[in-house]
Amino acid sequence: MLESLSDKFRKVLKDIRGQGAISESNIQDALKEVRLALLEADVNFGVVKDFCAAVKVKALGKEVMESLSPGVQFTKIVHDELATLLGGADAALELKGRPAVIMLVGLQGSGKTTTTAKIALELKKRGRNPYIVPADMFRLAATLQLKKLASEIKVDCFDEEGNSLGADIKDPAGICAEALRVAAIIGYDTLIVDTAGRHHVDAELMGELKNLKEILKPSEILFVADAMTGQDAVNTAKGFDAAVGITGVILTKFDGDARGGAALSMRLSTGKPIKFVGTGEKSDALEVFHPARVAGRILDMGDVLTLVEKAQGVFDEKEAKELQKKLKKDSFTLEDFKEQITKIKKLGSMESILSMMPGFDALKKAKDIQVDEKELVRVEAIINSMTKKERTDPSCLNASRRSRIAKGSGTKVQDINKLVNQYQDMRKMMKVFKTSGAKGLKGMMQGRPR
Amino acid sequence: MFDKLKSGLASLKAGLARTHNAIMGGVDAAFTGASREGILEKLEESLILADVGVGASGEIVDKLRGVFGGKDPERLKQLLRDSVYEILKDVERPLEAGPSPFVIMAIGINGVGKTTTIGKLAGRYSGEGKAVLMAAADTFRAAAIEQLELWGERVGCPVIRQTQGGDPGAVAFDAVRAAVSRKTDVLILDTAGRLHTKVNLMEELKKVKKVVGRELTGAPHEILLVLDASTGQNALNQARLFNEAVGVTGIALTKLDGTAKGGIIIAVANELKIPIRFVGIGEGVGDLKDFNARDFTDALI
Ligand SMILES: Nc1nc2c(ncn2[C@@H]2O[C@H](COP(=O)(O)OP(=O)(O)OP(=O)(O)O)[C@@H](O)[C@H]2O)c(=O)[nH]1
Ligand SMILES: [Mg+2]
Repeated sequence: MLESLSDKFRKVLKDIRGQGAISESNIQDALKEVRLALLEADVNFGVVKDFCAAVKVKALGKEVMESLSPGVQFTKIVHDELATLLGGADAALELKGRPAVIMLVGLQGSGKTTTTAKIALELKKRGRNPYIVPADMFRLAATLQLKKLASEIKVDCFDEEGNSLGADIKDPAGICAEALRVAAIIGYDTLIVDTAGRHHVDAELMGELKNLKEILKPSEILFVADAMTGQDAVNTAKGFDAAVGITGVILTKFDGDARGGAALSMRLSTGKPIKFVGTGEKSDALEVFHPARVAGRILDMGDVLTLVEKAQGVFDEKEAKELQKKLKKDSFTLEDFKEQITKIKKLGSMESILSMMPGFDALKKAKDIQVDEKELVRVEAIINSMTKKERTDPSCLNASRRSRIAKGSGTKVQDINKLVNQYQDMRKMMKVFKTSGAKGLKGMMQGRPR
Repeated sequence: MFDKLKSGLASLKAGLARTHNAIMGGVDAAFTGASREGILEKLEESLILADVGVGASGEIVDKLRGVFGGKDPERLKQLLRDSVYEILKDVERPLEAGPSPFVIMAIGINGVGKTTTIGKLAGRYSGEGKAVLMAAADTFRAAAIEQLELWGERVGCPVIRQTQGGDPGAVAFDAVRAAVSRKTDVLILDTAGRLHTKVNLMEELKKVKKVVGRELTGAPHEILLVLDASTGQNALNQARLFNEAVGVTGIALTKLDGTAKGGIIIAVANELKIPIRFVGIGEGVGDLKDFNARDFTDALI
């Protein structure tokens, strides 16, 4: 059920300890798990092969540490290698020239228009004076869409009808040329140009894009791609790169549940950095790309780092040590559970926190868990109606105790049953954290893992 | 009529030819001196590269492993074709518009091609002489309403609309009433793109469906999930969650005119058995075809 990749590693690597070093034969099965995980995350088949070979090289000959479990050690090797490959080059935007031009390209429906507005807003926040240029004349109402977004975020948008120079504009090239002239007159320092979606195999439309590049001389050509893209990510990214020379990638729809393996495929097949990820439909839902987090996501190890950062603000060192002791002794009670809930509530919505935990998505699917924010309130009420003994030792909760608690807290016996089950699940999850070492709960409570 | 059908088939095949080449490129290369196991592995790789998924690819190849004894490439091809066709033939069930007004509701994640598919569908039905009405129940995305209205102009169909930011349920309500009173044959509802993981947005979708059902018993008659052929394994999650939320009755697979293979549809068909109604093969009005399992399979392998 709750079987994250690190669980699997632990299983297939449990016999390594005492064998001295990681060898060809003892990591065979673990590598198979890596392959499977990456393929399920939509990393391109060829890329997976290369990656597994690279991990093998990294892992072979490594001493099996006595301090770490081999599973954790291997998890770390895989995760770090993935993060390294995903990251690398500086992801800052290159804004050269006056005006500096950013051009967005990509397949139909990948999210270019929305992303255009997001970048404009981001640049405005950074103190620049951006100008939005809608050069998608093909998709119905695309221009209007961008105009509306521009007015929402209060950024100027080129208007082909009302352009001050009264030019007769017939095509995207005309728009771009005109927009450059307007920018020079008004003094916009950055142009963000949205283009129509197209397939990289459409020679005519790719020709149009090359022409726009000639006119605009952009310092950034960003390839906007859907995080859910499958094996074809390699072909399209390479196709666009070959035709117009992309300078970076933006991954959209990252707020969904796609594992995002396309990130690795595109990064490795083009060598271009992934600069941003889109995390929502609103214009401010744009985030800087964090290789380590995305690595965790591709491997389905959860967004533990994000959780760590958030948790730092809420849990203090002393409490963390306390809690850790309890976890070690396995004496984590419902009382502690309640306390944690109160703290967790400060971290954000339950759903968003849980979804950052390794394996939660799988758990949610398997057990059909619906996260109900009101539930936290209910849980607190239930625990408040328990005696001290019941809180410390929930195993004593027989039927009559349960029905008394239900009455006292204004809930149903089923709610009590559910809570007890959840508590037990949580203890299991804690154990997973505990054994997954540096990146586990221990790290989370103590602050940044080393 | 026949000509149109033929040219449609031709463009579908052209689109799928790329998929075909990718797979057969793999298969053909595999036959040069490879062992039987080597061939099977190569075959599995080709399926994975077509987004069929590790699970389904493994199953298909395991099945071949069981029945295929030799190394005859032609026989292998045929068997692979048969296995895929076996899965897809059950989901080849073209949409038949029933008694008027027949209500279709298009759903899916952002940008997959819902509005375009609706426009194409409206074009097709009005071409058949049916009275078609479209409804702009995407009140969220900027200019989504205008996009649908422009499609309405293009294919000559009226569009029921309210204002951006309004209640999609209210638009659906108006639309069904209008469809009934105007004796419309087909009503097609556009909905806002939404990620299947957003609980509140899925609730909104349920509500729209409920409103439609309350106004017209049995409606919506078709809940059409639009999937993008370039999507990888996540399409399976999309299908699962949309199906759980509102019960999907048909699928449209768009953007098959690119290099993406759309193989995930095999995994979807395998697991959910939802009929695949249409394939999208371009951005024009005529670029929507009925899904045909034999053509799809023949072009795929
Ligand atoms: N090449 C190709 N493009 C398509 C196809 N279907 C849709 N598109 C394009 O994909 C893009 C997105 O299509 P829309 O119809 O706006 O998608 P949508 O699902 O309504 O999008 P939202 O309402 O924003 O969620 C547009 O550029 C369409 O022209 C297809 O079959 N082939
Ligand atoms: Mg739409």
